[in-house]
Amino acid sequence: MQRYSLAALLRHGLNGHRGWQANWGVEQPQASYDAIVIGGGGHGLATAYYLAENHGLRRVAVLEKGWIGGGNTGRNTTIIRSNYLFPESAAFYDFSVKLYEKLSRTLNYNIMFSQRGMILLAHSRHDMENVSRWASAMHLNGIDAEILDAARVKKLVPIIDASPSARIPIYGGMNQPRGGSARHDAVAWGYARAAAARGVDIVQNCEVLGFETAAGRISGVVTSKGTIAAPKVAIAVAGHSSALAAKAGIELPVNSYALQAFVSEPVKPMLDTVVLSPATGMYFSQSDKGELVIGGGLDLYASYAQRGNFPTVEKTVAAMVDMFPSVGRLRFMRQWAGIVDVVHDSSPIIDRTSVPGLYINCGWGTGGFKAIPAGGWTFAHTIAHDDPHPLAKPFGFARFTSGAMIDEAAAAGIAH
Amino acid sequence: MLLLDCPFCGVRPEIEFACGGRSHVQRPGPPEQVSDEQWSAYLFFQPNPKGLLRERWRHVVGCGLWFNVERDTVTHAVTQVYEMGAAPAETTP
Repeated sequence: MQRYSLAALLRHGLNGHRGWQANWGVEQPQASYDAIVIGGGGHGLATAYYLAENHGLRRVAVLEKGWIGGGNTGRNTTIIRSNYLFPESAAFYDFSVKLYEKLSRTLNYNIMFSQRGMILLAHSRHDMENVSRWASAMHLNGIDAEILDAARVKKLVPIIDASPSARIPIYGGMNQPRGGSARHDAVAWGYARAAAARGVDIVQNCEVLGFETAAGRISGVVTSKGTIAAPKVAIAVAGHSSALAAKAGIELPVNSYALQAFVSEPVKPMLDTVVLSPATGMYFSQSDKGELVIGGGLDLYASYAQRGNFPTVEKTVAAMVDMFPSVGRLRFMRQWAGIVDVVHDSSPIIDRTSVPGLYINCGWGTGGFKAIPAGGWTFAHTIAHDDPHPLAKPFGFARFTSGAMIDEAAAAGIAH
Repeated sequence: MLLLDCPFCGVRPEIEFACGGRSHVQRPGPPEQVSDEQWSAYLFFQPNPKGLLRERWRHVVGCGLWFNVERDTVTHAVTQVYEMGAAPAETTP
């Protein structure tokens, strides 16, 4: 792997930038691997990287139906936070934020993680009580959070209409200062490059069509590029988890929905944090290019169409224009949707399956991007040891029978 | 925008409706004879098809009544609408 540095940039610059190498990708997979990861999104690539880096597996392949980072990794709104209510989620997502804090250095790839804070708005006295409970829960879990009054919100977010006559009143809010955003493509590319440098084969345009078993164990996968043998196969395909797992005869407690996001035309800096209004179902941040990156709630019916419908756009934008009147005349540049895999308790699933040697990482729903490093780390452990990582143990299938749900529906930020 | 044909009010846009999830999910019973695994299957492990799905919708701001819709989850094409308690026509996916 060519290391990236200022010196390397200068050196290659003197040679007309003709010396850079391709970072990942093989056309044709080998006939067998020690482990196969299905899905070249953030979670799949991170899993492959940690299998190689933490567990010493060298013969690993990532099989991606399309191109890496082209699914939900490339479709999310790039928010990173760990403001969860319950101890299990707090421990997991804060581990993820901590890995993100070091990730550019770990991967030698600038993921542009900007810890610009993440502000939740409170629009009523009751919202303030909820914010107080929420921040207190975070403090108990050892995660920093500050409660904001209306004046402080106005100071941090000057474009907000916090006047007494505001259509949607601002009572205050809550800030997680270590929250923020990162460049989503860079997270996928950084993990892909670091994994490839450790011998992982990343095969794009390779769709998994089925699974092969021998004596009740997984023995390989059938793909559009031929059959590949492996004693361990791991699924990390987000919204399409149900469809793929069904090919192995596994039913998942997952519902697939379309989640939309939108980007405005670029403007000069107007917002240097992430701002989210749970009550109106709208959040946005400003990218380094100046675009406003806007998200809303789910289209509330099952969907595998990677496009959303207009009522959600209208609802989201209406709330935004009410609270931030200065954005009212901006134009949209793009609108899209990703298919998210929502579990009843809004918590993920990282576990073995009923087929020995087959593992699954799914159920991230509307918040998988922030979990990529921890998801990859704990999933790789689960695969390598055939036993869930301690942080992932509460997120297994057992909870659907035992009833020990981690009901984060209330803490998902936006009420989906 | 989905257009749904309410059996009682006619064709209306999706903003008038609320989706109630899958139809024809049978609650197991009697309760004292239902195992944890059966409850789990009933509550959580239901099909999530990429293709035809039969689901319940309610015309919230119209007649307020529930009805069934069979819809393709990829194309959103509605293949049939039928009343609660009625059996769906067989559709070849």
